[in-house]
Amino acid sequence: MKLRTLDMARFVADGYLRFDGVVPEDINAAALAELPTMPLPAGFEPSALTPASGTPLRECYPPESGIARMLAVPEVAGAIESLVGPDPVFDHSAVHHNPAGSTGVQGLHADAVIDTADPTFDIQVFYFPHAVEADAGGTRFVPGSHLRRVHENSVSRYQHIDGEQRFIGPAGSVLIFHHGLWHAGQANPSADDRWMFKVRLNPTAPQVRRWDTSDYDTVCPPSNDHLFATMELADTVANRLRSLHPWCHSGEYRLEVIQRVHLWRYLSGDHSFDVDWYLTRLDRPGGET
Amino acid sequence: MQLQQVLQLYASASALDSPTVGWAFHDPTDGAGPALPDRGADRSPYATGVDALRDGWRLLQMSQLLPPMPGAEHQVSYLPFEFIFERLVTLESSTGETR
Repeated sequence: MKLRTLDMARFVADGYLRFDGVVPEDINAAALAELPTMPLPAGFEPSALTPASGTPLRECYPPESGIARMLAVPEVAGAIESLVGPDPVFDHSAVHHNPAGSTGVQGLHADAVIDTADPTFDIQVFYFPHAVEADAGGTRFVPGSHLRRVHENSVSRYQHIDGEQRFIGPAGSVLIFHHGLWHAGQANPSADDRWMFKVRLNPTAPQVRRWDTSDYDTVCPPSNDHLFATMELADTVANRLRSLHPWCHSGEYRLEVIQRVHLWRYLSGDHSFDVDWYLTRLDRPGGET
Repeated sequence: MQLQQVLQLYASASALDSPTVGWAFHDPTDGAGPALPDRGADRSPYATGVDALRDGWRLLQMSQLLPPMPGAEHQVSYLPFEFIFERLVTLESSTGETR
């Protein structure tokens, strides 16, 4: 079940997608039994469920395991293929066990160094095999922060950012993050342990038009779609890329849109695509057409 | 004894009276000193930096306005408009002594 074009535009604007309760209960139960047996984090001791970096995803986990079955859920598998292609490889994984009553709060960070101009990206799959209620240790994250060039926990000074979220959701929910999305573990003052499994995946081929593009021409407006000239008012790729996150009211909003358009150009292969004419103008120094 | 509470506000523009979009608070009094206003629902304790001044905070530093590096004019990175405030708190011990 691949993503549709507007889903991809949402990912480019927000840096994440969420799939609530898509993993069936029997798989959640199997995964909950496996997670306590896995090293925290992976790497300190061998395990059948901790593959080596670079292992093709399809070879990483025993097919009968809860983790393998979670990754094969159509919504999850389709999203992974749409974002990083059909043959991603394993980068690393971690089991996040947040005990009941824990008070530790992780500093805000990105799982990234400062990246180059290369628009390719990894994804991080966050799997919650049981329900996470409010104030029960759900991961904190900042929608729209993924294209900011920062280094790991250099953003830890931001204790609160408008529009940030703390994951709350039903059992069997999955978040898929762009690797640059700012996030942090939270205290768990609840009476229940919180378990979460994270796996990072690298693409092995260009991430161009890997999703279901059958609707592309109907939802992607012409490149001269402009908020202050003529624009389509419908739900389009351009309007999703114009999403305004609460923390980004400043003049930097336009810079954010430019960065999203760069990413969309890469993903779509359409290097004339634009929103509000910024890059088209920049591509024409001296008025060249 | 005087202790220094530190408040960081992140604004949506370079002006001190522009709306805040983020914040952080460090309190070495461990709650014995004055608390921040509670505006609810994870909202910043102050709508603007000027509101913090009205509540007695002293401005220590604001971000410089630096031109972007050549070739990086359209890059985005850290929150650019940071205002740092302090508030000095005098605490007394349980015996009435100022500490």
